[in-house]
Amino acid sequence: MRRAELLMAVVLAIFSGYLMWKSTELPIGWVPDRGPGGGAFPFWLSTGMLLSSLWIFVRALRGVSPQSQSTEPYFDSQSAVLVALVVGALTMMIGAIHWVGVYGAIPLFFVFYMKIIGRHSWLQTAAFAILAPIVTFFFFEILLNITLPKGMTEPLFYPLYDIFM
Amino acid sequence: MDIIPHLLDGFLVALQPMNLFLVIIGCAVGLFIGAMPGLGSVNGVAILLPVTFIVPPTSAIIFLAAIYYGAMYGGAISSIMLGIPGASTAVATTFDGRPMAVQGRADVALVAAATASFVGGTISVILFTAFAPPLAHVALAFGAEEEFALMMLAFSTFVGLGGDDIPKTIFSILIGLVLSAVGLDIISGAPRLIFGDLPGFYHGINFLVLAIGIYGIGEILWTIESSRGEVEVSQAVVSVHRIFAALKEMGGCIKTMIMGSLVGYFVGLLPAAGATPGSIMAYGFAKTMSRNPDSFGKGNIQGVAAPESANNAASTGSMLPMLTLGIPGSPTTAILLGGMVIWGLEPGPRLFVDQTEFVWGLIASLYVANLFALVLNVAFIPVFIWVLKLPFTILAPVIFVLCVVGGYAPTQDMHDVWLMLLFGVVGYLLRKLDYPMAPMVLAIVLGPLAESSLRQSLLLSRGSMTVFFERPISGPIMGIALLLFLLPVFKAFQRKRAAGKASEGGSHG
Repeated sequence: MRRAELLMAVVLAIFSGYLMWKSTELPIGWVPDRGPGGGAFPFWLSTGMLLSSLWIFVRALRGVSPQSQSTEPYFDSQSAVLVALVVGALTMMIGAIHWVGVYGAIPLFFVFYMKIIGRHSWLQTAAFAILAPIVTFFFFEILLNITLPKGMTEPLFYPLYDIFM
Repeated sequence: MDIIPHLLDGFLVALQPMNLFLVIIGCAVGLFIGAMPGLGSVNGVAILLPVTFIVPPTSAIIFLAAIYYGAMYGGAISSIMLGIPGASTAVATTFDGRPMAVQGRADVALVAAATASFVGGTISVILFTAFAPPLAHVALAFGAEEEFALMMLAFSTFVGLGGDDIPKTIFSILIGLVLSAVGLDIISGAPRLIFGDLPGFYHGINFLVLAIGIYGIGEILWTIESSRGEVEVSQAVVSVHRIFAALKEMGGCIKTMIMGSLVGYFVGLLPAAGATPGSIMAYGFAKTMSRNPDSFGKGNIQGVAAPESANNAASTGSMLPMLTLGIPGSPTTAILLGGMVIWGLEPGPRLFVDQTEFVWGLIASLYVANLFALVLNVAFIPVFIWVLKLPFTILAPVIFVLCVVGGYAPTQDMHDVWLMLLFGVVGYLLRKLDYPMAPMVLAIVLGPLAESSLRQSLLLSRGSMTVFFERPISGPIMGIALLLFLLPVFKAFQRKRAAGKASEGGSHG
């Protein structure tokens, strides 16, 4: 936990520094007749971020914050595997949306999550994998009129558009 | 401003068939979300805000407010039945609710929680109705300086009263503000902070992307990690006869409930405080006021009544600054405020003048929501107990899919979905190290307004910061904000002196 606390403070400090540099793309000083430049607000805020992450680092180094005293691991191996698996599945799902669209990705995600992670029966899994995209379609596309990305499955939806829209 | 006719008009809005329907659905959804361990009002409102684009703003906010209310009722259910708070706001309810369930009095505890929630909700809505119009009237005279001062006050409460690690709180506020600055500069229109030249950053970072990331994805990751162990659901025998017996027992709690409501309401007004500390404070007061404080923690019904009345009252309290000043009193109201911007409304006191239907429809709907939440809660106790037995491996993918589709809906850009995933994972990693998340969400919502009011004021004052302290209203507000920012420093100083004295005394004595 202590190492994670220190490392996080360093990462955040670097990120703050990057934000400060990025803010200077716009004027950070006083622009005549326009007031503070467009970069001033994010610049001074990210300076504050840098200072507070350094403050966090120093506190962690001196062992003031509770996390820096904790000997518990930041992740125990069991939860690390589980969280990595879930985040991985989510990443794959969002990636798959670009390719097979929402209606291809959602069933795949349900099958993976409920069958592999949850160990539910095939019947339950199939029910969710089939119902979820149907509900999503009617709610978002028909009721809300929001077109969801369909990737390569787009042509399959032409007949549905003809019926419902 | 006449309150009663406005309120009656509001009831006409709230009782329209569609709005009434939405109140009932919202209460039921809120109860369900509140009852699920780990999920609370803020998660429900963040995840479901995108689905409200279908209805007009008044109906949308009525629906979301009903979820907010329902979740406050529902949080008690898992606190009592599982011993795990359904939401952080129901932590104090476990102290006595769980022992009551273990003693076989789960039904009494559930009825007590529902009744107390009703009392808390009703008292606070009445206070709200009385206070909101005059406050909005005063706020109408506010200029950019006052707006900025109020926002500083909101942020300072996190530092001074939030109770989290100070530098981490400050970091959280600042990163939220910086994220809100991504996109086009409001004054010059120049692109700003366009990371990696990705076109998706030109439209800025929608607060919903951050809110759903943190309160949807991040929260579920958190729950997955923390709730791996098996939990035991208590049995509850529910019958009409037993419910009436329980109601009779609640008669002895009237004083506690009124006290809880008042504490909750006033604590709820503060952005950093809200329902969680409000309910814990109310529990503490109830214990100190009691003639028999030792019975607390062992299944005293007063210990359920106090926090439950307080957390509902706090949820109403947090709406007061949101509606009248445009400053949210809690993360949930921050999301509601962001929603108003999406719906095309301008939050702030002008709402009371320009959008009377919206404001009074919402206020009246709170009365209605309270009633329905009570009825649904008591009537469907068995259903909610069934909900608690639902495996998380079914709920989690459903919520993830809702997050992904909901994150896509507002801007219809896959870029935002990826960003949401990033915020969810990073937020979860930060939360594990006790970085508070609420200030960040509040900051990204308030960011654009904070920047424009700051720049406007500075432009008028030609760059002089003293303008905030010279005006009659913004001056005192800024003063209080500064005091709150410095409060931790005073505290640390005092502690050092106390420690110094103690060691001095030791060396001399």
